[in-house]
Amino acid sequence: MMKKLVAFFFAALVATAAVQAQEAPDALIMQVTEEVLDIIRKDKDIQSGNTHKAIELVDKKVLPHFNFQHMTALAVGKDWKKASPQQQQQLSAEFRTLLVRTYSNALTGYMNQKIIYKPFKMNPGETDVLVRTEVLQPGSKPVQLDYSLEKLDAGWKVYDMTVAGISLVTNYRDQFGQEVRNGGIDGLIATITAKNKSLEANLAKVDKK
Amino acid sequence: MIGMLGVPETIYCRKLLAGGFLALALCGNAMAEGNPRDPYEGFNRAMFSVNEAVDKYAAKPIARVYESVAPLPVKAGVGNFFGNVGDLWIGANSAMQGKFSDAGVDISRLLINSTIGIFGLFDVASELGLEKHEEDFGQTMAVWGVRDGGYLFWPIIGPRTVRDSAGWFIDSYGDPVWRARPIASRNSLLTLRFVDIRASLLPADKVVEEAALDKYAYIRDAYLQRRRNQIFDGRPPRLDD
Repeated sequence: MMKKLVAFFFAALVATAAVQAQEAPDALIMQVTEEVLDIIRKDKDIQSGNTHKAIELVDKKVLPHFNFQHMTALAVGKDWKKASPQQQQQLSAEFRTLLVRTYSNALTGYMNQKIIYKPFKMNPGETDVLVRTEVLQPGSKPVQLDYSLEKLDAGWKVYDMTVAGISLVTNYRDQFGQEVRNGGIDGLIATITAKNKSLEANLAKVDKK
Repeated sequence: MIGMLGVPETIYCRKLLAGGFLALALCGNAMAEGNPRDPYEGFNRAMFSVNEAVDKYAAKPIARVYESVAPLPVKAGVGNFFGNVGDLWIGANSAMQGKFSDAGVDISRLLINSTIGIFGLFDVASELGLEKHEEDFGQTMAVWGVRDGGYLFWPIIGPRTVRDSAGWFIDSYGDPVWRARPIASRNSLLTLRFVDIRASLLPADKVVEEAALDKYAYIRDAYLQRRRNQIFDGRPPRLDD
């Protein structure tokens, strides 16, 4: 009986440890980054600039770990509260398309970079953390690449990314604010939609060549 | 895109800067509304279009040629050389900001790279774990409490706040490349550094073109965020959402 109990305890302990390891935000960033880089290293199409394939990869591997609702709210700032739930949904969808495009393009430029994961400390019970990494590339200065994550019921989700101190999300705030002043929330949605369409059209042109 | 992340410059910039300040002083009051961080937006947007043209027809094509002709070890050597030359002034700025251990690292880097690193062509110090810092006089003034004074966009030099434009002017005196003589060599070095920095920014061009709704505003806000990050040495306090 005692033996069984001990075995049970031990198993439970290992299981909890495993779940915690899986859930730790720094471990999550490392695992996703390495997985994505590994795929790119083996994929000649993405290396030679196949944006469609890169977008597909980002969609499948990276996006599940992002909270786009929160990202969009951050990018829009004060005006977010003025948007109806339906507008918020539309905005998030369009902003997501725009960001994925940008991010995927950065991946196709990937060449021999190495990622350094900075030491990470977290107090128990913390629900909002910053995971710091650095991109090393031969012949140039290391670039700081940080992720802000928050803990939701579904696990840790990224809600902001900063490259060399530049947030890819809040960098849109003034531009979005300008659009809202000019044409309201619907004007902003229309502008991002148009931007996405023109990028898509450019891509189609490249594909034809 | 010129100058978004670096410190490119050409020979005429000092004169240009002085002229620009005069123009600003004359028209600054007329443009007081709009974005509080960008009080000279009208002037800046005009300069931005001038810069876009210069970039499109001169800087970018030259940088492209450099990028495709120079082999990686040459480019790395050029980057390291200018990086090494800059470490002296970086060390001076670290010290002026009270970061004496950083200053020690900067000067050690200079000594190691100038000798073992063969005139700075190899960044041996980084491999030894002596991290390169990014400092300039604009950051030093920020640490001393000088406000940024609003955003400015200069052709060729690129984005600078008022404070950082003044800082850039002082930097050019602390920068050994500007002091190189004869003048012809100095000019060649300045041009090479400019082309090297512009080439290193080529991959960012496409990202900015695709990501921005308004390229001018995107670059402005990226510059201001990046500067804030540099002033706080990579750990800026969080702003309210």
